[in-house]
Amino acid sequence: MLEIIRRLGRQITNRLWRLGFASRFFLAIILHSGTSLRRLNLTLREIYFTGVLSLIIILVSGLFVGMVLGLQGYDTLQRYGSSEALGVLVALSLVRELGPVVAALLFASRAGSAITAEIGLMKATEQLSAMEMMAVDPIARVVAPRFWGGVISMPFLAALFSAMGVFGGYLVGVQLIGVDEGSFWAQMQASVDVREDVLNGVIKSFVFGVIVSWVAVFEGYDAEPTAEGVSGATTRTVVTSSLAILAADFVLTALMFRGT
Amino acid sequence: MSRTTIDLWVGFFVAIGIAALLFLALKVGNLSSTSSGETYALQARFDNIGGLKVRAAVKSAGVVVGRVSEINFDPEAYMAVVSMKVDGRYKFPKDTFATINTSGLLGEQYIGFEVGGDAEMLKAGEVIKKTQSAVVLEKLISQFMFSKAAESDGPK
Repeated sequence: MLEIIRRLGRQITNRLWRLGFASRFFLAIILHSGTSLRRLNLTLREIYFTGVLSLIIILVSGLFVGMVLGLQGYDTLQRYGSSEALGVLVALSLVRELGPVVAALLFASRAGSAITAEIGLMKATEQLSAMEMMAVDPIARVVAPRFWGGVISMPFLAALFSAMGVFGGYLVGVQLIGVDEGSFWAQMQASVDVREDVLNGVIKSFVFGVIVSWVAVFEGYDAEPTAEGVSGATTRTVVTSSLAILAADFVLTALMFRGT
Repeated sequence: MSRTTIDLWVGFFVAIGIAALLFLALKVGNLSSTSSGETYALQARFDNIGGLKVRAAVKSAGVVVGRVSEINFDPEAYMAVVSMKVDGRYKFPKDTFATINTSGLLGEQYIGFEVGGDAEMLKAGEVIKKTQSAVVLEKLISQFMFSKAAESDGPK
């Protein structure tokens, strides 16, 4: 019995210790980000690895999510005789929720896990210590460019996801099922607000980008320098950042769309 | 991969990302129609605004000429005070009639301006005097029922 309580206490202190370290680490990244912005080609390289290489998965999933929304939405809306509202349904659900959230989840598993594995392996092969020996700060040289690369890529990926999704909804709704094209776009434009919906979606995806990149670089930096440790850290990145994205999405949605 | 190719790809990525944002703003959203031009404020008092909401449209002859910016309650007169922002390009006569209409049977509500014939125009911050409240469907139905009942009672 005492053993259980002791283990529980140790776990809680361990979690708190890691949270504190992660926050300190976040501050360190922000403080060192000046160097990563000055040496822009490092950050550009990371945008290439996290953003450009995630394009295919983001575009294809966006298209399919939009097409499914088109089919499902039409099926439900035509029962109420308002199938023209399909454009509104597809656009609002993508721009407000599905675009930022699903793109961030895909981003976490596609790019976040890669960042963690890369930094973790650098640590396991003692490249990070070697850098410190050469008086190169690994946070400025390795961590900050990866962090900013992820933060910059995420809003673009989410916007591409939403745009592809709207296009997919248009393909299924207008081209395949035959909803009137004029009312599809007109009703969409009438009810999607640029500031309330589009801009809030961009803000959401930016916050998710910070969360995913932060978790990914932290887990990599904090990984045990063994093969097992790196694999565990990669798994933790995907699990932690997915949960954090969904929780943050609830908080942001509650703040943004409380319903006027 | 050489540095310039990476730069090219990143440039391509950012370009299509911005294109997607523009698509969302212009084609999906309504940035083009809500011109951020000059607006002026008008107010109107209603007995009952029904389901009117902030950001609802203000239409004249079916064309959107403004938006509802604020809805308040006047605790002395027990009336709703609706503030509107109307496009600066359009001026309306002093005796304009403001009504609350519904688009479709269950659609959203908007304010309609029926233009009068006064030579003087409404100035910024002025209050529209002539208003008509929202039609509350339940009231309409009960009125209809009572009048029907009264009719059938009559001849006996």
